[in-house]
Amino acid sequence: MSTPVTESAPIPARPLPAHYRSTKVRRQRVRAAWYFLTPMLVTLSMVAGWPLLRTLYFSFTDASLSDMGDPLFIGLENYLVYDNGRWFGVLADPTWWQAVWNTAYFSVVSVSLEVVFGVIVALILNAEFKGRTLVRAAVLIPWAIPTIVSAQMWAWMLNDQFGIINHLLMTFGIIASPIAWTADASYSMWAVIMVDVWKTTPFVALLVLAALQMLPKDCYEAAEVDGIHPVRVFFKVTLPLITPALMVAVIFRLLDALRVFDVIYVLTSNSTSTMSMSVYARQQLVEFQDVGYGSAASTLLFLIIALATVAYLYLGRKQLQLGGE
Amino acid sequence: MFKKSLIPTLVVAGAASLGHAQAADLTISCGAVGAELQLCQQGVQAWEEKTGHSVDVVSTPNSSTERLSLYQQILSANSTDIDVMQIDVVWPGLLANHLLDLREVLGDDAGAGHFPAIVENNTIDDRLVAIPWFTDAGVLYYRADLLEQYGHEVPETWEELTEIAREIQDAEREAGNDRMHGFVFQGRAYEGLTCNALEWVASHGGGTIVDSEGEITIDNPQAAAALDRAASWIGEIAPDGVLNYTEEEARGVFQGGNAVFMRNWPYAWALAQSEGSEVRGKVGVTQLPYSGESSSAATLGGWNLAVSRYSENAELAAELVAFLTSEDEQKRRAIEGAYNPTLESLYQDDEVLEAVPFFGELYETFVNAVARPSAPTGDAYGRVSNAFFSATHDVLSGNRSGEQAVSDLDRELARIKRRNW
Repeated sequence: MSTPVTESAPIPARPLPAHYRSTKVRRQRVRAAWYFLTPMLVTLSMVAGWPLLRTLYFSFTDASLSDMGDPLFIGLENYLVYDNGRWFGVLADPTWWQAVWNTAYFSVVSVSLEVVFGVIVALILNAEFKGRTLVRAAVLIPWAIPTIVSAQMWAWMLNDQFGIINHLLMTFGIIASPIAWTADASYSMWAVIMVDVWKTTPFVALLVLAALQMLPKDCYEAAEVDGIHPVRVFFKVTLPLITPALMVAVIFRLLDALRVFDVIYVLTSNSTSTMSMSVYARQQLVEFQDVGYGSAASTLLFLIIALATVAYLYLGRKQLQLGGE
Repeated sequence: MFKKSLIPTLVVAGAASLGHAQAADLTISCGAVGAELQLCQQGVQAWEEKTGHSVDVVSTPNSSTERLSLYQQILSANSTDIDVMQIDVVWPGLLANHLLDLREVLGDDAGAGHFPAIVENNTIDDRLVAIPWFTDAGVLYYRADLLEQYGHEVPETWEELTEIAREIQDAEREAGNDRMHGFVFQGRAYEGLTCNALEWVASHGGGTIVDSEGEITIDNPQAAAALDRAASWIGEIAPDGVLNYTEEEARGVFQGGNAVFMRNWPYAWALAQSEGSEVRGKVGVTQLPYSGESSSAATLGGWNLAVSRYSENAELAAELVAFLTSEDEQKRRAIEGAYNPTLESLYQDDEVLEAVPFFGELYETFVNAVARPSAPTGDAYGRVSNAFFSATHDVLSGNRSGEQAVSDLDRELARIKRRNW
């Protein structure tokens, strides 16, 4: 999934070069562009389009994993249906709405924390000090480890019986008795968020660092000459200049967080207190074998992510127009 | 979606395709709880020596909930990776479409001599899809030495158990064993909690969630009282961590000498009495307690062996199943691992009774065990069980009262019933 990156400044209209005006050449160029695009489009429609359409189709049927042979068409029943004075379907399932809320909460909190920590880490890495390259490489380690591995690692570290986290906290006298970090509903969401922040902060830091390296030095020299406080410089100069890069980081992370599955499933399995939309869909599909119902949940998840993307692009464009005026 | 769960499948596939020179003829997947895997490997080895065929043994996740997911993915992909599967007593209805009718291959007397109730459970639409391997029922383990020391009889009711557990736990802690707990069981939100909670509800006279006619019966005061009683143990006589215990975690606490009572399956007997166990020679086993006018209830568990319809060596696989479920093999497993035979005759066998005395004493418990409502709910059983253990876990965590939980559960089950049974 690539998202078009919005330009940080509107492009001024330039008169077209001479050869562009010849329509023949232009047609040729357009055709060439299509030739280059075709393989990508074919591949995408096979690996993304086809499964998506199949899921959409299943969501209108009563397909079951125990027998995938010709399922019955049942219309919108998997989504919402009124029967005998009660509502049924995914949209009437309190567990689904709990999963939607969990996902939204997880996404907003974890992405916000990652942006804050990512910027801090990037500013540190941007400074000149000895061994900077080594630190830069070290910071990337959490991002390099596959989520399934790091989540299992954390699951053991957070274990209430033999986990090192409880052991350390008890050694320093911070807690009196072991805490079941991943089993206790009041801690488990925070445990999941913490592991996700630990893992993806380096990614945000990397994007921000790239932006910081491109900043013009003269602004800072001017600010220094004028004796402006560094904090003020950061908010007035640095932040506006790295905002485009930050926005890219945020949209990438947000789309990732909305479809989060592995970190939650490994740490807390199917517990409703942390269940995300993807975990819910998997449970319906695999554990309850209800391919129709699970596909309906997957389709809704797809719609929610699509809406989030469209809203983001729209807002981005609006901001551009405002900025351009 | 399937990224995570395909990994084991790929490993299996990779192991099975390591070149034709040493390619195995069959692949069997066994459980790995306690000594299960070791016993399975020994049985398979005996068959290999007898027939000259080679078999790969693949171990699966310990949680039965996880294991079912894995099997369903393998089977619905019509994969040939696994020929013989160890399936839970509540699965035949869910998996029947993907399993072979063993009577076709092994003849009409396949399943003869096994407990009729289990054979019937494994017969779906007149097809015998699995042969019983061992049966299971929940039992109560107690520390005979501690009961004697503090002058108590073995408890018969839940009230007595709670009292005795509290008294001995407190006295033991006074005496310097800080880590002593009164009672451990399986409290994690998974299939095992369904088994535990069904025992509490049934032994309080609260029925079996859904009756044999398919009517939902959970919303009654006895069921609510049973769940409330269990919730009152948490943090009092049971550790807080019990909310995340499966069979093996509970056994770890009991076998380490840190619990007075434990609810578990019979397999824990052989391990608790093994060399190096802290409680060797101090353990007694009895039927689970009851309350008021009701009688003791033990959830029927147990595992069967089935052959995948997509197996490339179906006849050979069925022969392996016949060998592993035979009298000799079941006898060996009973003596070495305390796995309950499914053959009536072995319950009168002196060697078996000497190794596991309670097979004789609790014979009635094993034959009258309470079945989970998998038959009346059919395909929907996974959902029903999930709704039940989630609600129970909620009550144990103190988020809901028993009364609230059973009325919510009644509504939830009605939603499921409307679509599925």
